Amino acid sequence: MNLSITLTVNGRERMLALPDPRVTLLDLLRDRLDLTGTKKGCDRGHCGACTILVDGRRTNSCLALAISHDGADILTIEGVAHGDTLDPVQAAFIAHDGFQCGYCTPGQIMSAIGLIREGQAGTDPERVREGMSGNLCRCGAYAGITEAVLEAQRALDAAEQEQAA
Amino acid sequence: MDGMGAALRQDSALRHATGEAGFIDDLPEVPGLLHGALVLSPVAHGRIEALDPAPALALPGVVAVFGPGDAPGRNDISASGAAQEPLFAEHLVEHWGQAMALVVATDRDAALAGAAAITPVIHALPPVLELAEAVAARSLLMPPQVLARGDVVAGMAQAPLTASGSFRCGGQEHFYLEGQIAIATPGEDGDLLVLSSTQHPTEVQHIIARVLGCAQNRITVQCRRMGGAFGGKESNASWVAAAAALAAHATGRPVKLRLTRKADMAATGKRHPFLFRWTAGFDATGRIAALEALLAADGGHSLDMTPGVVFRAITHALNAYDVPALRIEALGCKTNTVSNTAFRGFGGPQGVLLMEEIFRSIAAATGLDVETVRAKNMAGGENGDETPYGQALDGKLIRRVHAEALAASGWVERRAAIAAFNAEHPTLRKGLGSFALAFGISFGVMHMNQAGALVHVYEDGSIRLNHGGTEMGQGLFIKVAQVVASAFGVPVERIRITATSTGEVPNTSPTAASTGSDLNGWAAHLAASAIRERMAGVAAEIWAVEAGEIGFEDGMVRAGGNRQMSFGELAHACIRRRVSLSATGFYKTPDIHWDPVAMRGKPFFYFSYGASVAEVVVDRLTGEHRCLGAWLVQDCGRSLNPAVDRGQIEGAFIQGMGWMTSEELYWDRTGRLRSLGPSTYKIPGSRDVPPVFVTRILEGSPARAETIFRSKAVGEPPLMLATAVWNALCDATGAVSLDLPASPERLLAAIRAGGR
Repeated sequence: MNLSITLTVNGRERMLALPDPRVTLLDLLRDRLDLTGTKKGCDRGHCGACTILVDGRRTNSCLALAISHDGADILTIEGVAHGDTLDPVQAAFIAHDGFQCGYCTPGQIMSAIGLIREGQAGTDPERVREGMSGNLCRCGAYAGITEAVLEAQRALDAAEQEQAA
Repeated sequence: MDGMGAALRQDSALRHATGEAGFIDDLPEVPGLLHGALVLSPVAHGRIEALDPAPALALPGVVAVFGPGDAPGRNDISASGAAQEPLFAEHLVEHWGQAMALVVATDRDAALAGAAAITPVIHALPPVLELAEAVAARSLLMPPQVLARGDVVAGMAQAPLTASGSFRCGGQEHFYLEGQIAIATPGEDGDLLVLSSTQHPTEVQHIIARVLGCAQNRITVQCRRMGGAFGGKESNASWVAAAAALAAHATGRPVKLRLTRKADMAATGKRHPFLFRWTAGFDATGRIAALEALLAADGGHSLDMTPGVVFRAITHALNAYDVPALRIEALGCKTNTVSNTAFRGFGGPQGVLLMEEIFRSIAAATGLDVETVRAKNMAGGENGDETPYGQALDGKLIRRVHAEALAASGWVERRAAIAAFNAEHPTLRKGLGSFALAFGISFGVMHMNQAGALVHVYEDGSIRLNHGGTEMGQGLFIKVAQVVASAFGVPVERIRITATSTGEVPNTSPTAASTGSDLNGWAAHLAASAIRERMAGVAAEIWAVEAGEIGFEDGMVRAGGNRQMSFGELAHACIRRRVSLSATGFYKTPDIHWDPVAMRGKPFFYFSYGASVAEVVVDRLTGEHRCLGAWLVQDCGRSLNPAVDRGQIEGAFIQGMGWMTSEELYWDRTGRLRSLGPSTYKIPGSRDVPPVFVTRILEGSPARAETIFRSKAVGEPPLMLATAVWNALCDATGAVSLDLPASPERLLAAIRAGGR
């Protein structure tokens, strides 16, 4: 069986042969495309370190079979910044110390971007904590993470208002 | 400001946020790399009768299988080299999940399939799984430690009241998000370069050399960063790396061994569960006169670092409190479970539980408030201020820190509000608890209190820093870089931070016991100061002034009013004058000593003090609970980096709260660990953070000991501040005794047993 899929990864179209149909998006990204920013924490869909956006939705890439995402648009941590300009979420994570060891950080940031795009972040820290609860941080940097998400949402709101005005 | 005291982001902040920070598994794989997978014991205790590698070798991609007989040196991964700690089980398996063999294959899936294909033949033996059973049978890994002072028998006899009790606390899985990993790459003539996610590169080096039977100078171990460690990569990283090294040595190919989450949780040690038994004699005011206690640690099947954990537990059993007469015996017990190891706090978190539980019993017996009993027994003031092993505590600072935590929480008003809330709610109960901590800083093993650093200044004035400490997210690298930047008077960007390597700074101690910045900060400061002194000499010669007149600041070197040149210009001038701009720094903690026979001495350079208040709410119908508020005050001396320290305080509290509430390791009756992933083992998530979370670094309190810039260690102490959550849960439920973790099931049982 000769399987192949097409993915748009960080804006670039990729044709990929799948010698093994069981390969996950996570292993495909890390092993085949050298996009190692996305991390493997538990490989069971429970820690969130492998979070990416698939067609704009937050997805645990360790549980997503590549073959079932033919044609998908994928955004990983490597595609988030615009050249040297950080995404507001990235900047907010740095400004608010939203990490310590950094291993869960790409997943946290992708999850935060997804949460904001879903219109679910808002201004209530309880809501942010709920919306980010699928991403574990063993260093316990949650206070900074929550502040970072709130700050990024504020920054995006302000930018939007500026554009509207 | 870039030097000491600046709240700088940690060195890899930008790279973490962009995904560019490389962890070992992220590095490009070189052609020919083999992947490893472990064969783990399927039983808790048994005699090995056969381990046939043939089914694995028959699979495509499998290259080789290695077992205990394949080590060219010794099959021994103990730190001392003298204990019974095999790399691969030999003759006996002593816990479920013990490493028995390593399969290497051309890809990861093939290695895992190979490991799964091997079925060891084991004659099962009855396992000892319960700590209480090990205590009863005196199944010990080490001689008991006894700490005694005064006449306990007389003290107990004369006390108007006595109480006794027993309780236990569970273990804790480190759950570093980056699992254990090493890549071993053979070089020329038997050299081996090992990338290891380790807190202790030197021990990785030494153990690999022992397993391979080669000189230590053949092995270079490097670690740029770890994705969390928490003590779990202090000794456990060594055997993972040794297995990879053995296979690399035998095959001549690079070998990567990364444990799956399940294998990691099955095969690597955890925090020690403890069993406590105690009897206290006291009076109607709550003052304790005498205490007898047993602290039993579950060391698992082998020694590992259990003596150190037991030492820290026993030296912290009185915590910040004074008891005139006492006898505490501490045991390191052997069970057929995974060998327990270092975990942030290292016996301290278990030790400091004792007095809290005793205070509750005394309060119940006397009708006093727990806080009254606490205050009555605090070290200093009217009470003694010397630990039972003879080191002085700062009673004033303990009181100040505790009072600040109470004040931050608005304790009195909060108490009243909670009473009003509880009167109105039939199902929900709120509770409030406080805690105070005196945590000793230094390695309990005296010779480990040493560190080295290597600093180079290049001709363009750029600086390269290397030291023995490792970065696991705790911000050590930026702190030490700040120390060096401050010594040279240059911006911290001028300092190039580099991976820890046994080839650059040898014979180091692990980055552990909260000592990372204390030890490596000093070593780096000494190295930088040596170079600066030489540079000042050259500047003095150029300008014909005294060396003492030369100042280094803002990237410039100056003398008097109008003589100045850039740091880089001076570096260039030094090279032209044949002056060395490279130096090592070596530091050993002064003024510490310990007599292990008498159990007396000054084992700690200083104490780190902290205090906390926690408010919780418990559902009386389900036992579910939440921490609503936490107010923490932590003594950091004169903080080297308040941003880093605040992160440590918050994170440690959350991790401690996890240990005390939601994190439960579950072994079944045959000794299989059934909590093998985040679906069955609950570490704190974003929703577990208290909605009110106030952390304060104690102000105006530089360390009295001569620490680096009068700062204090911060890695472990705040983990224990979560003890206030335990106390608050007892307050909410009326439980006098409450085993940990305080799961909803345990709280429900406590409520049904007659609590409120």
